[in-house]
Amino acid sequence: MTAEEWYRADRLPHIYCAGCGNGTVINCTLAAVEELGWRREETVFISGIGCSSRAPGYILTDSLHTTHGRALAFATGVKLANPGLNVVVFTGDGDLAAIGGNHFIHACRRNVDMTVVCMNNMIYGMTGGQGSPTTPPGAFSTTTPYGSGEPAFDLAELAIAAGANYVARWTSYHVKELVKAIAAGMRTPGLSFVEVMTQCPTNYGRHNRLRRVSDMIEYLRTHALLVQKKERLVQEGKTVPDEMFTVGELVRRNRPAMGVRR
Amino acid sequence: MSRVEFMQGNTACAEGALAAGCRFFGGYPITPSTEIAEHMARALPKRGGVFISMEDELGSIAAVIGAAWTGVRAMTATSGPGFSLMMENIGFAVMTETPCVIVNIQRGGPSTGQPTRAAQGDMLQCRFGSHGDYSTIALSPASVQEMFDLTVKAFNLADRYRVPAFVMADEIVGHMRERVTIPDAVEIVPRRKLEPGQLPFDGGEDGIPGFAQFGSGYAVHVTGLTHDERGYPDTMDAEAHDRLVRRLIGKIESARFDIADYEVENPDAETVFVTYGPPSRTVLQLLHDMPDEGIGHLRLRVVWPFPEFALSVFANAKVFLMPELNMGQMAREVQRHVDQPVIPIPKLGGDLHTPAELKQALEAYR
Ligand SMILES: Cc1ncc(C[n+]2csc(CCOP(=O)(O)OP(=O)(O)O)c2C)c(N)n1
Repeated sequence: MTAEEWYRADRLPHIYCAGCGNGTVINCTLAAVEELGWRREETVFISGIGCSSRAPGYILTDSLHTTHGRALAFATGVKLANPGLNVVVFTGDGDLAAIGGNHFIHACRRNVDMTVVCMNNMIYGMTGGQGSPTTPPGAFSTTTPYGSGEPAFDLAELAIAAGANYVARWTSYHVKELVKAIAAGMRTPGLSFVEVMTQCPTNYGRHNRLRRVSDMIEYLRTHALLVQKKERLVQEGKTVPDEMFTVGELVRRNRPAMGVRR
Repeated sequence: MSRVEFMQGNTACAEGALAAGCRFFGGYPITPSTEIAEHMARALPKRGGVFISMEDELGSIAAVIGAAWTGVRAMTATSGPGFSLMMENIGFAVMTETPCVIVNIQRGGPSTGQPTRAAQGDMLQCRFGSHGDYSTIALSPASVQEMFDLTVKAFNLADRYRVPAFVMADEIVGHMRERVTIPDAVEIVPRRKLEPGQLPFDGGEDGIPGFAQFGSGYAVHVTGLTHDERGYPDTMDAEAHDRLVRRLIGKIESARFDIADYEVENPDAETVFVTYGPPSRTVLQLLHDMPDEGIGHLRLRVVWPFPEFALSVFANAKVFLMPELNMGQMAREVQRHVDQPVIPIPKLGGDLHTPAELKQALEAYR
């Protein structure tokens, strides 16, 4: 899908497991970058720590692979010091919403002009599949052996409430929609947050009877509810099942933003 | 032409940073350092710089490191609790060789301790506080003039050696007001640039790689993981890790003589005070009051890397006395390097030692 010159060929092979969804998300992000016509030397990829945060290391631009949870704070420094750079952050649900939750809401509040792509695999992947703030209630992981007893965060809703100018959610199944959403986010001044529900067959699927990659992708596809459809259900007074998540463009607005190129 | 002003230490620190070309400040308010942030908040926008109040100190140092990679001189200022929060990312700055300046206006700890009182309790934390093996550069000002001068110097050392550099001041020099001479221009040591064909983390002969700021077309990968000379993660190779860590330490330790900055008084003395920061002022008073006693004094402006060779200047020394605003943190370091006894003279609570207290110690130990 995407031109080879955006990859660091000398970094292969990558660390991702067979069937991991992260490659799809990286590919879709680079397709959006190409659609926008960004130049490599003006683009910086930034991340925290986790499987998802390894993504910048495979992309042939300046890249900053930082500490767990802090990517958005590093990115804030980069973008405010040089608004001429295009800044994209790759992060995971643990990196963004657990250890980095405070930076997440404040980056959205400041509406710093950058694109944040979160690969939400519903667990801490890199450390072997422990429960995270987005692990669905009842789901199994190595630290929720009896099923998670905690309510989960809705990351997109969090970004909307905190003030991000563009918020969308898709899954690794919806590649065309995802490319469009990331590109729309990149075009929107201010912080754009794109959450991608991503399969981790190794550490999530294995504990939740979704061991096969196709089963996990099918799970994501069938649990995704288009936002327009959800609104219709609500209007008709029908109940929306708890285990479904909305997908689509959830917010596009024009709050004052920081770090926008002049 | 220079100008003479009467100003507060924290203001002098901020003025020093501005004179050194600092154009990015990220911080979070904390007594007794806040005046630095407030001064930068007023001054930076007028100079085309960026001031940002981050959500916490983890974010402050992160933003500073990010800004530094765009090529600007960047700093933060904090005190004990905030300094503790910065530790993980300070290690990241060490590992990624990011030049930046961290000012710690030390206050009494542990914990929230004494927010408005001076201490020197973080002298080992700035050297050893982040996990893993590394070396750092730390300066210790004893006057408002040195708050200016040593902040300028910290930026130059940070850029020269590609490290986070610490200005380890305290509430006394931070809040004291004194006469300061502010020069029209200060010496600026630039970051060495990455040359085409060079690898971004190849230290070359002196262990210090060339810097390729973001946007300059080198597609540099910056990671806190153990990496090779290209910057690529290489975390399983024992030799790669050994080589990297030894280089990070070696580039500082091998430059100890160049980085060192200290003053020697009465090198023939048998009783020698070793000081850094404000306690040196009490020793100066003692030397002034007792000019014929032949008291030696070594005053360090650079504390880390520790200049052990400065101790051997005192060839007749029988005892080293160390007044510090802590329980004897640097006295341990001094004792490591000499055979003579090193006597810590701790003072806690926020006040300086009085001349009478030091005189008493002098009489007890010589
Ligand atoms: C301060 C700190 N705490 C813990 C860790 C260990 N750790 C590494 S990755 C990770 C979780 C990553 O999960 P997530 O952000 O969801 O990313 P994923 O690996 O699933 O893509 C943790 C806890 C760390 N590196 N640093």
